[in-house]
Amino acid sequence: MDALSWGSILAHSVARFLPVWIAMAVTFALSVRYKRRLGLYGKLYDSPVGMVGFGIVLFWICTAIFADLIITQDPLKVLSGMKNALPGSPAKGVAEDAYQYYLLGGDNGARDVFSRMVMGAREVLIIAPAATLFAFMVGITLGLPAGYFGGRLDTVLSFIANLVLAFPVILLFYLLVTPEIVQIGIPTYMAAVLFLFPILFVVVLFNSRYFMVPARRNLYVGIVLVIGFWAYAGLAFDADPTGLWHMDPNLLNVFVSVVFVNSPGVFRIVRGMVMDIKARDYVAAGQTRGEGPWYIMLWEILPNARGPLIVDFCLRIGYTTILLGTLGFFGLGVSPESPNWGSTINAGRKLLNLFPHPALVPAFALMLLVLGLNLLADGLREESLKD
Amino acid sequence: MFPFVLRRLGLMLLTAFVLTFAVFCLTNLQPNLEKLARSEGSVRMSDDAIASWIVNNGHGGSMLNRYGEWLGVVPGWVRTDDKGVTRGRCIADGSDPAQAATYCGILQGNWGFSTFAKVPVTTVLGRSLGHTGWLMLAVMLVMVPTSLFLGVLSGMREGSRTDRVLSTLAIVTTATPEYVSGVIFVALLASATVGVSPHLNEWGWISDKTLFQGTATSAMDDITWRNFTLPVMTIALYGIGYIARMTRASMTEVMTQQYIRTARLKGVSFRQVVMKHALRNALIAPFTVIMLQFPWLLNGVVIVETLFNYKGFGWTLVQAAGNNDINLLLACSVVAVFVVLVTQLISDVGYVFLNPRIRLA
Repeated sequence: MDALSWGSILAHSVARFLPVWIAMAVTFALSVRYKRRLGLYGKLYDSPVGMVGFGIVLFWICTAIFADLIITQDPLKVLSGMKNALPGSPAKGVAEDAYQYYLLGGDNGARDVFSRMVMGAREVLIIAPAATLFAFMVGITLGLPAGYFGGRLDTVLSFIANLVLAFPVILLFYLLVTPEIVQIGIPTYMAAVLFLFPILFVVVLFNSRYFMVPARRNLYVGIVLVIGFWAYAGLAFDADPTGLWHMDPNLLNVFVSVVFVNSPGVFRIVRGMVMDIKARDYVAAGQTRGEGPWYIMLWEILPNARGPLIVDFCLRIGYTTILLGTLGFFGLGVSPESPNWGSTINAGRKLLNLFPHPALVPAFALMLLVLGLNLLADGLREESLKD
Repeated sequence: MFPFVLRRLGLMLLTAFVLTFAVFCLTNLQPNLEKLARSEGSVRMSDDAIASWIVNNGHGGSMLNRYGEWLGVVPGWVRTDDKGVTRGRCIADGSDPAQAATYCGILQGNWGFSTFAKVPVTTVLGRSLGHTGWLMLAVMLVMVPTSLFLGVLSGMREGSRTDRVLSTLAIVTTATPEYVSGVIFVALLASATVGVSPHLNEWGWISDKTLFQGTATSAMDDITWRNFTLPVMTIALYGIGYIARMTRASMTEVMTQQYIRTARLKGVSFRQVVMKHALRNALIAPFTVIMLQFPWLLNGVVIVETLFNYKGFGWTLVQAAGNNDINLLLACSVVAVFVVLVTQLISDVGYVFLNPRIRLA
């Protein structure tokens, strides 16, 4: 069997992504059709930059969702004779009904570069948005009172935030993401603190909203507490009796460190915006009506700060993706087997002069995803400013 | 102005103490010390032997006490073993214990001994900081003028085609972390088999096999275009996009001000307006941004030095962390934290100094 030409590699790759194209076409068609009813998301389709950015991000989200359908080979399987195989090489020794090519070649461990890139997308798109979301929960829960009440609380929290921000990120990772740290259990303690914030946030959110309707308040807060602490026990302490919530210790280490690095940035943004918004008339009106401080913070101020926060959320997912890549690049907290983009780039760079494809494929993938997120953020900023 | 600087300095010192203490705790964890005992003593030590090694070498006792010793505000440990040999933190091997100093921490200039490089930490650090200094200098020389120029150019006429193109380029560079752009550069410009080099060589445009070198190891002795371009480009690229965007934002804001319109209506040429009226006001904000870029540059330095095998500060940090070299890692952290805090101070003070609208009592 002959190796594929560059044209047919492209054609084969595009064909493999068929589920992604279908999903994207459906999403775009529906969104453009109903864009007037979709708020800020709908307005995105008025901005070419935002649409391109959203397209790229959607491509990777769909790739992550349909990764099992897209991959051509098992991303961890080693085929003898395929070490550093060039793109388009026929796969040796695969079953009759299996895929017959290494579309983008083989890496130094004789594994399929294409499938590893696709699975890497799934890995990064699970961790990066989740870690960013947690960082936002921590940043918002602490930033709101710091900005609203000010005073000593603000001084202390700002000092701590500046402490973390004064650490060069890479140094922090080298100190925090090590086997010794896992051994001594620091990630668990950090998770025990950081994972409390999402529960706290949602509980306060519902409590302040339905304070006057105790029956509903008790129901909602109860549900949140049960589910929250169930997940909390599983994720932070690996003590979920049903085994549904579980996190590998190394993954927990990486996750907690990334949340820890990102939270102070969110805190500063939220604090700054609260200080700006709390001088507005509608906040004064709320105070006059006798609304509680938490109701004002969460239901008056926060919704009015959503524009910049959504933009920052997109940018921060991109930043987190870069951070995760950095961790992988230095081999911190990941197993060498995993199809993580950062560690794949690191593994591929040793033979860069002879076989560039194992390093270049994940490098371009990572760049494209971050670029998409940055463009999306830019489009959202442009559209939210038009209001 | 003066009280403001003083207050900032005080806060900075407090931050430095807290951060160095945190680093000290994280590098002196029990598992790290056990690993150190195995590598310094013997691999086959029993658990009891490890425990006594740790205590006998001054790593026992409370963390705060050890931090004080390392800092040089608590007397260094002294211990006499069963054979009557006295050893201690401040006693060099073979010297007379009676004459040794009481305090010997970093405040006295004693940074300890690097277990990885087998020389005093100051030697390693001085050498690597020298290498990184050249790298940073080159990066700054490339990055700052380029990014300010591009930022002013695109912010001058908001929404023009130049602006659109440059802004998109800036977004692309900020989406490309160093480990991605470095890999792409090497594959494109410094590989003998792929990229542009084989073609250039074939056409006879370059005498060497590759246009640039994929490693910067030779740049430690002799910096040339071939071995230094790619590392400098790789670090500068990320910063260029970021600073250019900030400059653009600042420039567009200035260009909408009343005094610019007044100047235009007076009949001053567009060139003159930009050079005389807008530029000086527009460059205040980017100054802060450039200063605050230093922590991120530090990141870039670590990645690029690892990627191009340039034995500077970043490379040393990675080796220190990878080889459990506690003293060296601590020293690297102190330098890193110091750089970040000093640049923050300069950016705060410089902002006040540059901006006549802010007057601090």
